[in-house]
Amino acid sequence: MAQEYRIVLANAGKIDPASLDDYLNAGGYKSLEKARAMAPKEVIELVRNSKLRGRGGAGFNAGMKWGFVPESAPVTYVVCNLDEGEPGTYKDRTIVENDPHLLLEGMAICAHAIRSKQGYIYCRGEYPYVVEHLNRAIAQAKQRGVLGDFDIEVRMGGGAYVCGEETALIESIEGHRGEPRFKPPFPGVAGLWGKPTVVNNVETFANLPAIIKNGAEWFASIGSPSYPGTKVFTLTGDVVNRRAFEVPTNTTIRELIFDLGGGIPNGKRFKAVQIGGTSGAFIPEHLLDTPLDFDSMRNAGVTLGTGAVFVMDETRDIVDVVTRIAKFFEHESCGKCNPCREGTFRSYELMKKINAGQATPDDVQKLTTLSKVMTKACLCGLGQAAPTPILTTLEHFRDDYQRRLLAAIS
Amino acid sequence: MDIGAVLAKYRDKPGGLIEAYHAIQKELNYIPREAVLEAARVFGVSEAQAYGVATFYSYLSVEKRGKYIIRMCESAPCHVAGADEVLKALEDTLGIKVGQTTPDGKFTLELTECVGQCQETPVITINSVPYPNMSPDKIASVLAQCT
Repeated sequence: MAQEYRIVLANAGKIDPASLDDYLNAGGYKSLEKARAMAPKEVIELVRNSKLRGRGGAGFNAGMKWGFVPESAPVTYVVCNLDEGEPGTYKDRTIVENDPHLLLEGMAICAHAIRSKQGYIYCRGEYPYVVEHLNRAIAQAKQRGVLGDFDIEVRMGGGAYVCGEETALIESIEGHRGEPRFKPPFPGVAGLWGKPTVVNNVETFANLPAIIKNGAEWFASIGSPSYPGTKVFTLTGDVVNRRAFEVPTNTTIRELIFDLGGGIPNGKRFKAVQIGGTSGAFIPEHLLDTPLDFDSMRNAGVTLGTGAVFVMDETRDIVDVVTRIAKFFEHESCGKCNPCREGTFRSYELMKKINAGQATPDDVQKLTTLSKVMTKACLCGLGQAAPTPILTTLEHFRDDYQRRLLAAIS
Repeated sequence: MDIGAVLAKYRDKPGGLIEAYHAIQKELNYIPREAVLEAARVFGVSEAQAYGVATFYSYLSVEKRGKYIIRMCESAPCHVAGADEVLKALEDTLGIKVGQTTPDGKFTLELTECVGQCQETPVITINSVPYPNMSPDKIASVLAQCT
């Protein structure tokens, strides 16, 4: 039976999140001390060797990302992505609410590695209470001097999903509309205010203190070899235990939903699970033995994403849910690039038509073509991933669409 | 509220425009037109840019709103958990539709995407405070807390 393995949630429920002393007594800020005794280059090397990969969804090697920052850069920034806008995701909130200093320590370790004096936490506007919680923790850390000359400021987002994309997030911190930039240059070379910037997710930073403490090999040996460590998953929808679980990355989807999640309530049967947020793939029963690591999921044609796990039982109407998701993307497209602005609009239009039982097979064909074009032609991850729920449900839940088409004929 | 004083406070902060808007909205529940025009001057951007920022973010509003802003999450996890029924109950109880404010200026009803409380769906927020596990029969007692 699958079990939890806690790295980033190790202190959760054990310490008072409002108490810096509690965090210090649990060994807090010792890893920062250790990192600061190392050369920045050594820290980057250690993180690279641990094979820690970004926990926000893109799965890029964190140490490699830090390595893009030029050593000679006089000003650099550390930015934490706490935008957490993927529906069904509440892991970053869970980590920060339980252990805010873990995030601050992780950011300070990164700051040492890239020689940064200034960090920003971009917290979504829907979490004003988390902003207050973090500001209290930062004030404590400053007063006690544990962060040294590294300063951290919290900036509040404005409820724009696209700001989870790192260059849109940077634009938003700069006080602009949160529209993604063209890449390259990547933020590691020219990011916030044109300076080299590392943007990592909360969960990525929160892994660092344990990696510095226990070493790269320790971390690399946990879970799946190509995407080692743990991952925090947040369960929602038709599942008994709707809460956050931290598990090794070789745990399978089935173990997460049925062992830890307690299965489907009310004696109903499983129908689908959408993993990784609202831009994630819909996964049918026959793929449930896929391990929850980035590469295994990708090889199965699905996504790991943020770690949202949205379970649907046999009574759920897939076409109706996907129509709602299409509405989400039509609303959240920032409008900068045509394939996304027009594509999300037309996708929603076609999904509404299918959902109303008024579509023809030709409409489904148009939707398929449009979806494929969007995955290639959109500027950022929002538009590229927006068609994933449509394409994966057309692949795995075709019967649900067929029923709507038959309704149109009769 | 002295809008000029709030803007002055954030003027020298890099990227402070959005922070200033948040501060204004925290007091007034929206960003009045004169605040957008004044912000353009203070931050040295065009009025179009200042307005563009104020209207890009769904959390910011340039329309006058009520004392209590009720937002119903319409993302997929809340949708399957019965968000539509909760929304209908809110509309019926308040006598307004989504996007409207009650005539006494007390309540504004809006839709929102995910508010990150998906462990207890469906969720509404009232002035950003989440009320999880909502159902039509709980609406009256939740609204009664708004005085």
